[in-house]
Amino acid sequence: MAAISRDDVAHLAKLARIEMNDSELDHLAQEMDVILGAVARVQEVASADVPPTSHPIPVNNVVREDVVRPSLTPQEALSGAPAQSEDRFKVPQILGEE
Amino acid sequence: MSLNYDQAVEKYEPTLGLEVHVELNTKSKMFCSCSTEFGGAPNTQTCPVCLGLPGALPVVNGKAIESTILIGLALNCSIAPFSRFARKNYFYPDMPKNFQTSQYDEPICVNGYLDVEIETDEGVKPFRVEIERVHMEEDTGKSLHVGGATGRIHGADYSLLDYNRAGIPLVEIVTKIVGGTDKYAPQVARAYVTELRDILRSLGVSDVKMEQGSMRCDVNLSLAPIGSGELGTRSETKNVNSLRSVERAVIGEVVRQSNRLQDGERIVQETRHFQEESGQTRSGRSKEQAEDYRYFPEPDLVPVVPDSAWIEELRATLPEKPSTRRARLQAEWSVPDKEMTSLVNAGLLDVVEETITIGADPTRARSWWLGEVSRLANEREVDPTSLITPAQVAEVISLIASGELTDKLARQVVEGVIAGEGTPADVISKRGLKVVSDDGALMTAIEAAIASQPDTAERVRGGNIPAAGALIGAVMKATGGQADAAKVRELLLKHLGQL
Repeated sequence: MAAISRDDVAHLAKLARIEMNDSELDHLAQEMDVILGAVARVQEVASADVPPTSHPIPVNNVVREDVVRPSLTPQEALSGAPAQSEDRFKVPQILGEE
Repeated sequence: MSLNYDQAVEKYEPTLGLEVHVELNTKSKMFCSCSTEFGGAPNTQTCPVCLGLPGALPVVNGKAIESTILIGLALNCSIAPFSRFARKNYFYPDMPKNFQTSQYDEPICVNGYLDVEIETDEGVKPFRVEIERVHMEEDTGKSLHVGGATGRIHGADYSLLDYNRAGIPLVEIVTKIVGGTDKYAPQVARAYVTELRDILRSLGVSDVKMEQGSMRCDVNLSLAPIGSGELGTRSETKNVNSLRSVERAVIGEVVRQSNRLQDGERIVQETRHFQEESGQTRSGRSKEQAEDYRYFPEPDLVPVVPDSAWIEELRATLPEKPSTRRARLQAEWSVPDKEMTSLVNAGLLDVVEETITIGADPTRARSWWLGEVSRLANEREVDPTSLITPAQVAEVISLIASGELTDKLARQVVEGVIAGEGTPADVISKRGLKVVSDDGALMTAIEAAIASQPDTAERVRGGNIPAAGALIGAVMKATGGQADAAKVRELLLKHLGQL
């Protein structure tokens, strides 16, 4: 039984805004299933006394002082933007007509 | 036949859920050192972190954690000994990172409550709203949708993004399901948001200006037939940006949903947008198509593990509860309920208290702030507290009490102070605003008034005291309003043998 279906991959691709054709979907569904299977093996050795971790180093409470430092200029901020207008980032239509 | 609100709540039981977003008033953003100042030119407050540039690493603002813990404590929450940030993934250009850093299954504060009071048919009653969680996240950028028929996002030609607001610390406060409100759901919703605003203001952690968006409310509402014990399908109304709108949004949704149910239609779980003009809600996207956010723990930020001694230190700094303080001040100043509500709603409680602490009479302090100062502030469309200080108002009041200023002169002094002419003393000397208290000067003016209106004077001599008004008016005019009317009246009546 596959852990991830072709439909799951199609759904994820849509959420990630990645266009994929049929053969790519077929291929990736199989590949991701193998990857998930490999990762699932970790669960076999993880016992109840090992808490899940999200960070490789056991460090907590790293904070900064609430102090303002200089920002980029709008020109610098926009220098990598594919399109801009009126000192703002310009993006294509987000939603079509209702 | 369509149901109105009263008919709707006879058949259906409303259930509420309220989500409030509050921008914290830290100087710098949540995960970077860019300024949070409101109103800057577009994209002047951004950096590689809040623009989501590759390789940039976020670091949490310690002050934002402190403020969030304070909020949690004030709302009677437990502070989690261990909490983490999570990425909420979505593709929408208001966040350049393509995710919002938030908290998911490990929020910093959980399980609190807030007690409010509502007016019912049987008098004022307490109501407890339980809090599910308080968590930290970041605000999004501002979009400007250009072109298209409506000026809205739908069908716009393109959109322009300003990321100055992206990354400003945001705290989300979520209630548990609020049931048992019966027909008072709108009042409970409003009372909760009002009390929450007052608490946040007293903590000094946010500007809490709903109209400017530093505090925003989403209202979840569902209906079920009374007595069914069921929980209906809910709608989520966004864009509710004033206390009055919170109440109206609940009423609007109760009426809309009850009529759908009445007609045998089902309620769609969806996001709706509140329309300020009509009080109605308009359908947004349906939740069935809502994004799958694929939350996962944020690997670039380390866990927040607040020290319990620090939490207790913060707890010890909590200010008096707004409801307790209001009751105390109302009793101390003997203010009628309605006027107290006006003071609170106008945000004048602090300045009035300060004015009174300096030594001003409570009644006069209230009436100056609520009256003249508020009037001048309304004309200028600014906050009354930005125009004049409590010390200046107290000074003016003390000059009235000592007879050095009349009310009329005092209004000119206040106007002068607000116009930037300096302190009350400066305005008085520059404008020459002194009460004419020299009896000799007043008598000269009184005699002149009598000479010009001999018939009126005769009527007063004959015992017609109200007729003296015309003579007093003439004297006040002659002295440019700088005489004390009571004093003029006394001298005049004495002169005409009526005292």
